[in-house]
Amino acid sequence: MSETLHAVSVEVNGKPRSAQVPARLSLVDWLREDLCLTGTHIGCEHGVCGACSVMLDGEPVRACLMYAVQAHGHSVTTVEGLARPDGSMSVLQDSFCETHGLQCGYCTPGMLIASQCLLNSNPTPTEEQIRDAIGGNLCRCTGYQQIVEAVQLAAERTRAK
Amino acid sequence: MNVPENGPYRYIGAKRRAKEHPRFVSGRGRFVADIALPGMKHVALVASPHAAARIVSIDIKAALAAPGVLHVLTGEEFCASTDSLATGVDAPKVTRFALALGVVRYAGEWVAAVVADSRALAEDAAERIEVEYDPLPHVIDPEKALAPGAPLVHPAHGSNVLYRRKFVWGPVEEEFANAEHKIAFRAVWGRSATVPIETFGVAAQWDAGTGILDVWASIQMPKFPDQTARALRLPGNAVRVHHDVDVGGSYGVKRGIKHTVLVGYLAKRLGVAVRLIEDRLENLRGGDMQGPDRFFDMQLAFDGDGTIRAMKIRAVDDVGAYAGRSPFQLGKPVTAICGPYAIGAIEYEPTSVMTNKTPQEAVRGFGQSPTNFAIERAIDRVARHLGMDRIELRKRNFIRNDQFPYTIASGSTYDSGDYHAVLDETLAAIDYASLVRARDDARSSGRLAGIGIASCLEPSGGNSAFEVLMNPKNENTTWMDSCLVRVDLSGAITGVISNSSAGQGHESLVSTVLGEILERDPETIRVVRADSLTALPSNSPVGSRMAIMLGGAAAGAAKTIKETLVAIAAHNFECSPGDLEYRDGSVSLKGAPEKRLDWDQLVEIAHRKFHKLPAALEPGLQAKFVWGVPTGGALPTPEGRIQIYPCYAFEAHIVLVEIDPDTGKPAIRKYVCGHDCGVMINPDIVHGMTYGGIAHGIGAALYEKFSYTEDGQLASGTFMDYLIPSAMEVPAMAIVDHCTPSPLTTFGQKGSGEAGYLGAPAAIANAINDALDPLGASIDTLPISHLAIWKASAPRKGAP
Repeated sequence: MSETLHAVSVEVNGKPRSAQVPARLSLVDWLREDLCLTGTHIGCEHGVCGACSVMLDGEPVRACLMYAVQAHGHSVTTVEGLARPDGSMSVLQDSFCETHGLQCGYCTPGMLIASQCLLNSNPTPTEEQIRDAIGGNLCRCTGYQQIVEAVQLAAERTRAK
Repeated sequence: MNVPENGPYRYIGAKRRAKEHPRFVSGRGRFVADIALPGMKHVALVASPHAAARIVSIDIKAALAAPGVLHVLTGEEFCASTDSLATGVDAPKVTRFALALGVVRYAGEWVAAVVADSRALAEDAAERIEVEYDPLPHVIDPEKALAPGAPLVHPAHGSNVLYRRKFVWGPVEEEFANAEHKIAFRAVWGRSATVPIETFGVAAQWDAGTGILDVWASIQMPKFPDQTARALRLPGNAVRVHHDVDVGGSYGVKRGIKHTVLVGYLAKRLGVAVRLIEDRLENLRGGDMQGPDRFFDMQLAFDGDGTIRAMKIRAVDDVGAYAGRSPFQLGKPVTAICGPYAIGAIEYEPTSVMTNKTPQEAVRGFGQSPTNFAIERAIDRVARHLGMDRIELRKRNFIRNDQFPYTIASGSTYDSGDYHAVLDETLAAIDYASLVRARDDARSSGRLAGIGIASCLEPSGGNSAFEVLMNPKNENTTWMDSCLVRVDLSGAITGVISNSSAGQGHESLVSTVLGEILERDPETIRVVRADSLTALPSNSPVGSRMAIMLGGAAAGAAKTIKETLVAIAAHNFECSPGDLEYRDGSVSLKGAPEKRLDWDQLVEIAHRKFHKLPAALEPGLQAKFVWGVPTGGALPTPEGRIQIYPCYAFEAHIVLVEIDPDTGKPAIRKYVCGHDCGVMINPDIVHGMTYGGIAHGIGAALYEKFSYTEDGQLASGTFMDYLIPSAMEVPAMAIVDHCTPSPLTTFGQKGSGEAGYLGAPAAIANAINDALDPLGASIDTLPISHLAIWKASAPRKGAP
């Protein structure tokens, strides 16, 4: 049994990537195993925990619930694509460090993706809006408190610029 | 950035970013699933669909012929080639292997493992394995498992009881006979666990040239390399566990010993690198990571003024189908069996019983949080019985700050504390009078509302003395930890630690402590992890021990470095070390600061200028420090009195819960936690663990349960059924810090890795019960589901 392969072309973190992949290959497996972008994590593989969140054309999606072939022609941003062009931390990444918005770091990439998507569309979120935005991302370490603080801090810092 | 503002300390207690964070926020963590070894193969598992069955046959032919398959392993080959995993209590017939041999004892138990080129191909092949089962009688309910004639999970053991003992500490019967009041009730702690977002994973590679098995695992387990080697029948120095693997959350459960023995065996047998990453169903069902599942029959004897004279606790814990270390989770609470209360007479009867469920594993607090829940429900019930204020009752029975060190009935001595002060500060922080008004306003507008209070202890400094308490053949009386500090020729400092971390910030801890003692900027200090063959002895970050044990070890090693530098200066100045003073890494003559050798000069002497080195000193500049747990090393008395943990942190939780009367859905309106863990080395880290512990406790109290059907099937094998609180269920919280230093530790620190979780379930349960109190209803079974609240609060609605 050899699997039929399909051509995909996806812009990943601003760079065009093309490959031949089986239809059943999930987007997250393609990113992690084939593109070696291991910053995106796998938590539940059934779309609940949010650890595998990536941006698809700027919107947060579960990379475990999408097939790589479905990303064809789209743009994907992973945690590796959040840094500034010079490689330094983004305001949001730096804010997570400042407020201790993470512990083990496993849910963190998904949290960053979800929060960055929020800040991109709403630069002045309320606490309720932040909790809503990360409501689909589970964290077992932080109780979310210092994550909420991180997003608030990032919003403040961005406004102050 | 580091302005001295912390009393005697420069870096300890100051705000400091965790050293670990930059790699995680940039996607550069190195978790086990990120480790790709050359030619690595992948494992998929076949699990039992039955709670108990005889395996009649296993047909692997079709699987072996499937694309990409290298090997199919069953219990027959595996159990003949490896030894049983260790059992902590004295139950030698309760053997346990990663793959079942002849019999399965729970639904989800692994029966076969497929090794293939990819995980997908391994899963494809696993589906082609045909196993014929002959179902056997099973038992799911722990009380039924204790009854005569119950099906035996391990017939060779002769009983489903793994451990039972009745401890009597103090004049329990006398106090019960003489007390003015008594109550009795049952409190039930549901089977939940910490359920990290990263499942367990392990990769292994056998090097036939060196005869070393290399292991990378998502691990948090004492004696893990040793147990892996034993089960694989290898000498300890043939297993090298790499600790530089980031662990994606654990909070106790990431033991994975059976996974590791399985993968280690396959790697050696096949001569290829092999990796097993659990999927979520495997993790929840067959990963052996479910937590305590326990009921408490509680009896209290007390007087009309609220003085509690004696307490009887019968605790029955359902450990599932195999033993492992789980029975010990009934032993650790012995070290804080009366909580923060001066109760002089205690009877404790722990019973560990096996059923046909997934085996239990260590969970944050190691049995303490369920015990605290039972005690705190009891305190509230005593108050209700007497019509007494719950706060007043607690204060009446608290151990006073002038009574420390205080030895409790079970023989452990509490090091320090000021429970009255912490509770008062917590009440003030939440503005208790207005909280009561808010509750009463909610009630008068037709909602249910309740205030929950819990005050409890976090034993810390993780020691192993519960092992010898529960199994005299198992003379494990202390758990050492260690640190190696090196200063290289460039003058840079490296701390070497001997464990992996799961978010506790050990690199931050060690760099802060080394910086504090050596008066060097922690930013410049690197912390690395030795593998198990190069490591100093360590027992992994369990039992809230690392601030105490690793912090203490790092401080001890740094002090030796400092003494060495002073000795070098004394030799060169031809004076006594007492004439010198050490500041910021330089050593100068007291009263003559111009007579000075600075850090770089001293380091150079140590490394190169042997002619300037005192003859007694070894060249180079490094120091190790290994120590046992303070107060550790003792054996229990015949009555089972023993010092288990050294330090005791205190927490007071106050919470306001409102309940939607139409749905039974609770919402947490206000949450304040007063916390005293002595001197905090990094307040952000301590607060973070406390917030996370509270969130985890909210889950245990309201949402999380490994439910089983009567057939013994796990009914919560996904995150749609096993409900983890999200940012919508976990409220904003406030923490009130109080500091009563421990006299036993380097800086006065206590542990905090289990903080929050140890009191939150009790506080939430007490709040729900306060809300139900006006209706004359109560719920003492966790988790308290919306449905349970709705049924209890609306008995006339025709509840289903």
